[in-house]
Amino acid sequence: MYAQMIASQASDEDPKRLAAFQKRIDAGEKIEPKDWMPSEYRKTLIRQIGQHAHSEIVGQLPEGNWITRAPTLERKAILLAKVQDEAGHGLYLYCAAETLGISRDQLTEMLLDGRMKYSSIFNYPTLTWADIGAIGWLVDGAAIMNQVPLQRTSFGPYARAMIRICKEESFHQRQGFDIMMKMCNGSKEQKTMAQNALDRFWYPSLMMFGPSDSDSIHSEQSMAWKIKMNSNDELRQKFVDQTVPQANLLRLTVPDPNLKWKDKRKGYDFTMPDWDEFLAVINGNGPCNADRLSARKKAWTEGQWVRDGLQAHAKKNANIMIAAE
Amino acid sequence: MDYQSAYFEFLCRLGDNALILGHRISEWCGHGPTLEEDIALANIALDLIGEATVWLELAAGVENKRRTANDLAMLRDAWEFRNVLLVEQPNGDFGQTIMRQYLFDAWHVLVLTALAESRELPVAAAAAKIKKEAQYHLLRSRNTVIGLGDGTPESHRRMQAALDWSYPYVGELFERDEIDHTVEQKGVVNQSANLWDHYYEEISSTLQRATLQIPAAPHSHSGGKNGQQHSEHLGHILTQLQWLQRAYPGAQW
Repeated sequence: MYAQMIASQASDEDPKRLAAFQKRIDAGEKIEPKDWMPSEYRKTLIRQIGQHAHSEIVGQLPEGNWITRAPTLERKAILLAKVQDEAGHGLYLYCAAETLGISRDQLTEMLLDGRMKYSSIFNYPTLTWADIGAIGWLVDGAAIMNQVPLQRTSFGPYARAMIRICKEESFHQRQGFDIMMKMCNGSKEQKTMAQNALDRFWYPSLMMFGPSDSDSIHSEQSMAWKIKMNSNDELRQKFVDQTVPQANLLRLTVPDPNLKWKDKRKGYDFTMPDWDEFLAVINGNGPCNADRLSARKKAWTEGQWVRDGLQAHAKKNANIMIAAE
Repeated sequence: MDYQSAYFEFLCRLGDNALILGHRISEWCGHGPTLEEDIALANIALDLIGEATVWLELAAGVENKRRTANDLAMLRDAWEFRNVLLVEQPNGDFGQTIMRQYLFDAWHVLVLTALAESRELPVAAAAAKIKKEAQYHLLRSRNTVIGLGDGTPESHRRMQAALDWSYPYVGELFERDEIDHTVEQKGVVNQSANLWDHYYEEISSTLQRATLQIPAAPHSHSGGKNGQQHSEHLGHILTQLQWLQRAYPGAQW
């Protein structure tokens, strides 16, 4: 997912307070920034929301890669609007994280020096226009699977950010599917591009949900705190069951010879992605990790004089205002 | 020159300015100096691409040769583009980008204000709508130019360099030729003779607040608006802008 492998552990604070806190969560109450919360709850949320925000920001890059080459004026406008939405998601997720007592600049520095991660999916390249369709269809589709339940997450600012994000994400998914439809009904080359995009993005999309529950890092605490709402395998199954019929509609072949509908359990059997590849990508060795991070570092470093300049000007103005009073 | 051809060219100039500047601004997506700037730049690019679509659709209608706005954007070659040289200049650093934007926005608002009074009703309607966007762009680029010009010594130095780089491309915005005269005679635009005066008033007051010096006796580059001599940059823009349409002729996307 946009937040993958977020470990959480129980807090060792006053058991009475912890129990009262848990009671509020179980009763479905929202925890607000000024409320008392276990330090581990705060820490886990910062990691999770921060990773989610970073994913939105880094996620601009693979799609931004095609803005200048979008095939029509309309497609260009749609893609620009979409990528701008992603940046907006990043903005309000950073704001949600800031209510937990960390600044956006601190989070950014942790992304740039490797202490924080972003979703593995954005370390794959966008090679053709069909990849833009595949990202909307598969990647945003997978993101929605996770984000819809997160609208009910226990931390108020995160839940509210998620409500807004989900509305936009479903648009994004539809525009992705629309691109795929056009290409699958198009020329031979366009169909080839579409199939090729599915071939490359299928398994990385499945990786978005994180490792199998049996191998997954400790997440019971996150579940109890309603920071994580569903298990990785549960969401992955749901995604496959939803997506395979869509691929059939597009007359595309899901690149999995073991894909099979099981009537008995009303779901598909499917092949898991290569978890060694997943770990390599998470640890910085995916096809685009170096590119993505260096692009973000460059933007941050080269933007320093702009941020300094505007701040210096604001300060001068504030001084003038004070002097005038 | 007959009116229809002049009118077509005139609309292409408006459309191409928006298209090429929108393209340039869109190159920033994901690379801006702050998240807010990134969003603002994408927003402005989006406005400009929308504006380009409006003008090029009108142009295609006037031309009446079964070409669409997309055909005009994606299938003309460099010599057929009618944007001014300013908008095809490279982004450079953020200072150069925002200075180019400001010098364009200040002109754009004046032109759109005049066009909103056009006797050609579709032009008047489009200009009235686009003017609102351009005013917002101007407000933002003006404030940013002031903030960075009057910021730190480094931001000041960079903004002065940006102004020195961009200023020689300003003159072309005010060049007038036979096409302008022809459409003026028909009332497409009531070009007040003192457009430059208004422009100079706007930029000199802003640049003064930004503590920047307007270059004393600038030379002036031109050749974009009339298509006679674009800069080398345009061809590279087109290799990206038109790639898919050129590589897969006739495909639907």
